[in-house]
Amino acid sequence: MDFSAIVPALPGLAEGMLMTLKLMVMGVLGGVVLGTLLAMMRLSHNPLLAKLAGFYVNYFRSIPLLLVITWFYFAVPFILRAITGEDTPVGAFTSCLVAFVMFEAAYYCEIVRAGIQSISRGQMSAAQALGMSYGQMMRLVILPQAFRKMTPLLLQQSIILFQDTSLVYTVGLMDFLNSARSRGDIIGQPHEFLIFAGLVYFLVSFSASLLVKQLQKRLAV
Amino acid sequence: MNYNWDWGVFFKSTGIGDEIYLDWFVTGLGWTIAVSLAAWIVALALGSLLGVMRTVPNRWVSGFATAYVELFRNVPLLVQLFLWYFLVPDLLPEPLEMWFKQDLSPATSAYLSVIVCLGLFTAARVCEQVRTGIQALPKGQAAAAYALGFRLPQIYGNVLLPQAYRIIIPPLTSEFLNVFKNSSVASLIGLMELLAQTKQTAEFTANLFEAFTLATLIYFTLNMTLMLIMRAIEKKVRVPGMISLGGK
Repeated sequence: MDFSAIVPALPGLAEGMLMTLKLMVMGVLGGVVLGTLLAMMRLSHNPLLAKLAGFYVNYFRSIPLLLVITWFYFAVPFILRAITGEDTPVGAFTSCLVAFVMFEAAYYCEIVRAGIQSISRGQMSAAQALGMSYGQMMRLVILPQAFRKMTPLLLQQSIILFQDTSLVYTVGLMDFLNSARSRGDIIGQPHEFLIFAGLVYFLVSFSASLLVKQLQKRLAV
Repeated sequence: MNYNWDWGVFFKSTGIGDEIYLDWFVTGLGWTIAVSLAAWIVALALGSLLGVMRTVPNRWVSGFATAYVELFRNVPLLVQLFLWYFLVPDLLPEPLEMWFKQDLSPATSAYLSVIVCLGLFTAARVCEQVRTGIQALPKGQAAAAYALGFRLPQIYGNVLLPQAYRIIIPPLTSEFLNVFKNSSVASLIGLMELLAQTKQTAEFTANLFEAFTLATLIYFTLNMTLMLIMRAIEKKVRVPGMISLGGK
């Protein structure tokens, strides 16, 4: 084992890490927004909306993420063509991002739903008594409190997403794992690069989860 | 270009012998189940052992189990799989390495790697559930067992674990379902399980929507069936008087 070959490869690996982080951050943002919408649908009084959101969540939670990524990689160009009527080239990045957002939204939805349900009923009644509309109530009263409560859980789910981004390997996107694998193969030291990749993933997620634990302690009432 | 829908594609011949495409899905499902069940047995056995170790009153033993959990939870599953499949065989003693690389068929060596990888990966999660289950029991249970003169293995085997398992059936069920979903990574080291067969069908027939729809339906049905079975088991073995802990 000779790890010295990793040093000159570091800039390339950093580029891969940048791709991984970009996927994660955009996936988290999109997933949380879509997940919050789904959670509001699940809790709405309209049975059709509630059922629809419930089905969405159950559906995505019962299939593997890898299948979603593979499927979307094939399907997104087709669907775009059906909508716009012309060939729109989309890269692997876009289709992976769509897959992450739609898949993670199902998981974020459940977190947000639990968060909203943990806010006492009185808050909602008070907002309604003040004459707020549904949108005002959610935006100004319920969601700000709910999000503060569920920040640790949202962050934990985001660490899981950070690890799951490595699955884009299947469509050949150059994320951190893939750039380490390909560089290792070219130089002829696949083992060293693989171990290094595992080590970096471990250090990032381990320290992130320690930070989340700290935050959880501070937020605890 | 238009997309040609054809739901009859599954009954068309693949051109290999008299196989139809549906046969590929059946074979794939077989591999998925074979991988998942074997990995689950490893995970349950090792995870239980580690879970017990985390609650044992010995700093070294519980520290080891904690380190295991942190290590296996913080490295992506795919990285772990590559390590088991590409790296570990090279570190084995010469005869074993030769056996793994030359005597075994590619499917068997991939199968072994996935079972070890997924088993050890899931064991870290099972460990946390078992620990939670043991810690959820009233302290009096262990104390009473001590007072009756039980030794530590007896306390765990006869008093704590039988109760803990029954409490944690719901979270264990979701880990069990996760094993099935996670087994799809096996397709990335060439094992022809469900996802790999789906991809192959999509590439051979160009009917990708039909192929992936069938695959998601299979995963969905598998999930629902297993969930119903586990729910029935949970009801059957529920500890009287501990309903609130049992998740209902």
